[in-house]
Amino acid sequence: MDGDQVKAWEALCIEEQPPACSAACPLRVDARAMAEKMAAGDFTGAMGLYARVVPFPAIIAHICEHPCESACRRAEAGGAVRIGALERALVEEAYPTIRRTAQRARRPKTIAIVGAGLAGLTAAADLAMKGHAVTVLEAEARPLERLRHDIDPTVLPPSAIEADLGALTALGVDIRCRQRVTGGAGPSSLDDLIAGHDAVLLAIGPGPASQFAGTLRLTTAGRLDLDPQTLASSRPAVFGSSRHGGDDEPYSAILSVRDGRRAAVSIDRFLQGASLTASRVDDSATGTCLYVDTARHAAVPPVPPSDPIAGYCHAEAMEEAARCFPCHCLECVRACAYLAHYKTYPKRAVREIYNNDSIVMGNRKSNRMIDSCALCGLCEALCPNDLAMGDVCLDARQSMVERGHMPASHHDFALRDMAFSRSDEVAFVRHQPGHDRSAVLFFPGCQLPASAPRQVEAIYRHLCDRIPGGVGFLLDCCGAPAHWSGRKALHGEVLDHLSAVWEGQGRPRLVTACSTCLKEIGEFLPDIPVSSLWTELAAIGLPEAAVPRPVGPLAIHDPCTSRHAVDVQAAVRSIAASLGAEVRELTGAEKTTCCGYGGLASFANPEVGNAFVDRRIEESDDDFLAYCAMCRDNFARRGKRALHLIDLVFPCDDDPAARPDPGFSGRRDNRLRLSRRMRCDLWGESMSDPVPPVVLVIADAVRADIERKLLLVDDIAEVIAEAERTGRMLKDRTTGHLTASGRIGTVTTWVEYEPTEVGYVVHRAYGHRMQVEVKP
Amino acid sequence: MTATSGVPDLVCARCDKPLEMRKVEASYLGQTFPVELPCCPSCGFVYISEELAYGRMLKVEQALEDK
Repeated sequence: MDGDQVKAWEALCIEEQPPACSAACPLRVDARAMAEKMAAGDFTGAMGLYARVVPFPAIIAHICEHPCESACRRAEAGGAVRIGALERALVEEAYPTIRRTAQRARRPKTIAIVGAGLAGLTAAADLAMKGHAVTVLEAEARPLERLRHDIDPTVLPPSAIEADLGALTALGVDIRCRQRVTGGAGPSSLDDLIAGHDAVLLAIGPGPASQFAGTLRLTTAGRLDLDPQTLASSRPAVFGSSRHGGDDEPYSAILSVRDGRRAAVSIDRFLQGASLTASRVDDSATGTCLYVDTARHAAVPPVPPSDPIAGYCHAEAMEEAARCFPCHCLECVRACAYLAHYKTYPKRAVREIYNNDSIVMGNRKSNRMIDSCALCGLCEALCPNDLAMGDVCLDARQSMVERGHMPASHHDFALRDMAFSRSDEVAFVRHQPGHDRSAVLFFPGCQLPASAPRQVEAIYRHLCDRIPGGVGFLLDCCGAPAHWSGRKALHGEVLDHLSAVWEGQGRPRLVTACSTCLKEIGEFLPDIPVSSLWTELAAIGLPEAAVPRPVGPLAIHDPCTSRHAVDVQAAVRSIAASLGAEVRELTGAEKTTCCGYGGLASFANPEVGNAFVDRRIEESDDDFLAYCAMCRDNFARRGKRALHLIDLVFPCDDDPAARPDPGFSGRRDNRLRLSRRMRCDLWGESMSDPVPPVVLVIADAVRADIERKLLLVDDIAEVIAEAERTGRMLKDRTTGHLTASGRIGTVTTWVEYEPTEVGYVVHRAYGHRMQVEVKP
Repeated sequence: MTATSGVPDLVCARCDKPLEMRKVEASYLGQTFPVELPCCPSCGFVYISEELAYGRMLKVEQALEDK
């Protein structure tokens, strides 16, 4: 896989972008995670998250302007989450649980901070946590004098200030009050501080700093001239607070803290000899591109505190915290059984897939995950950035198959089925009887002949009746299984063959009954003019014979390969309506889901395959109307009444929605019989029905079990026939049952059976890939 | 791998001999390893139960596939 392409894919997934609250917070407080913990009653955990980022939790909880609340997306559904009130409830209940331990610096440095406001003390706290020796010099009698003067004690209780200052002192920060730092030279001068410390921070608030003109460069307004990003002054080792720039912004407690932190980051980098700017995150950015579908959530108003002065009690805080959605994109994950099964989202999945592809030695734990995607395109249709996991998984499959790293077992069965469909036993192409050229070549694909062979014959006869110039017939495979399994060489081989067949038939227009064939040929054989049977039928008209009107409404399920085939979707609906069907939409064609066959997902991972079908079935109690044979058969297999559009146009059963899934063995048999019957009936070729080597009797439950294990009845018959011929079998002396085995392809098939007068009763069958033999 | 419990009362139909536990060689994807499995002492027909096939044997197959 190409690393740059992988990075581009990763960048499209925005799930890891911060929620709006966190993005709006100058300190990036993760209010979403806090709310999740508080909603679960874990106030200690929430406090841990809060105090990890906020140096003075008690003070900030009371006086923060809470830009997070203005950004909160809950505002669109009942009102913003009262994050400020939640923080105060948190401090009220869990403040004593804060645990802070300073790191032990390998080479502790000494730092002097001038000014014990919020900015200076934040820098002091951050640098003390890094293990440095910090001394704060304050001209006033007490630290945080502005907060004590300017803010009403009912808003900011003095106890909150004392608690946070106590914690700061406990970190080892030395706060010295009534210490005015002067310009020029002398024992309390800036020059003296610079000489005596590894770094100095001037957190002196807004206002001129002309006294330091001899030491530092000042702006024309007489303020410290600071780099706005790093807060570095004109002199190495000396930094300032950006609010000293004297801008016209009103005072903001949280921005003061952010400024102190910005200075502390620079000082720490400086002390380590690191670049002040490299890989530095812009702490003033406020937006996020995290997509959140707020319309999914019912409006819920904020919880009013029963005591507005005291604020939320524990239960009220939990209830209010539970109003947080929380903000996530996960548009694809919610809709996709595959991503939900692996409990992942694209950004993480892409990285995991790339890592799996890149492993040189060791276990590739994500092989099955890569092969479990249905490549159905639903994620791309839902993603705000059009990221298609199918592209990622297919690229990984191709890369791993090419290097022999993908287990063949995942797709063996499906590829063997494809080989059978392409074999001389089944595949053939003919001009219409009595014609030596074809204006149109009808290509029913593999699965409709496997599911509804009689209807395929009926369609062909109808097309021959209505389309002039000869309608040829091509029974073959479009190569989708080879494409989906990542077998590029095999896929190319199939395409070359199809192309040659098309040329041989005089380059006719192709009409496909299968959405997958239509998509595959359109994409990989662009020279071949191809259209859908359904648009063709809509154009040439349906048979005139009266057909029974469908009973009850039908919920229409579009195949994933028709997701963007708008003309086909319209033709199908128009045909169904003209036959009197009351068609109801499920999700609509663009957001349709896969039946599990797409991408061969159900072969690599039956659990995921079934989850796709079962989720879809849950969407409606109406009978389903499909126009892909695999979709219809998968619904039938999982117990859903479902019919194929062809059942409406060419009815062959009284209750087509009850038509059972033929299963893999039945599908092969249907294809084989259709091929022989058509060649015999229409082209007068000498053909006979296939004769099985032995007659088998298989109960429904055993047959379903055989299907589930991806074993074929033909193989079971072959094993029994060979055992009966050679006598190589085991006998159970208790039951009288015989057990035989045979290696067919890459699988050893075992059969437990019993000869009876009506045939060999199959009791069970199973298989394995490992080979076992006695060594002489 | 060893034979699981509940092994049926099997005899080799051709040799008419009860199966015995023998050391045999299992191989998959180029890896071989010895295992003890029930087999006919005369013709060497090795029996693999369904429980073994879909139990430990499948686990080993998958582990080797993901190597």
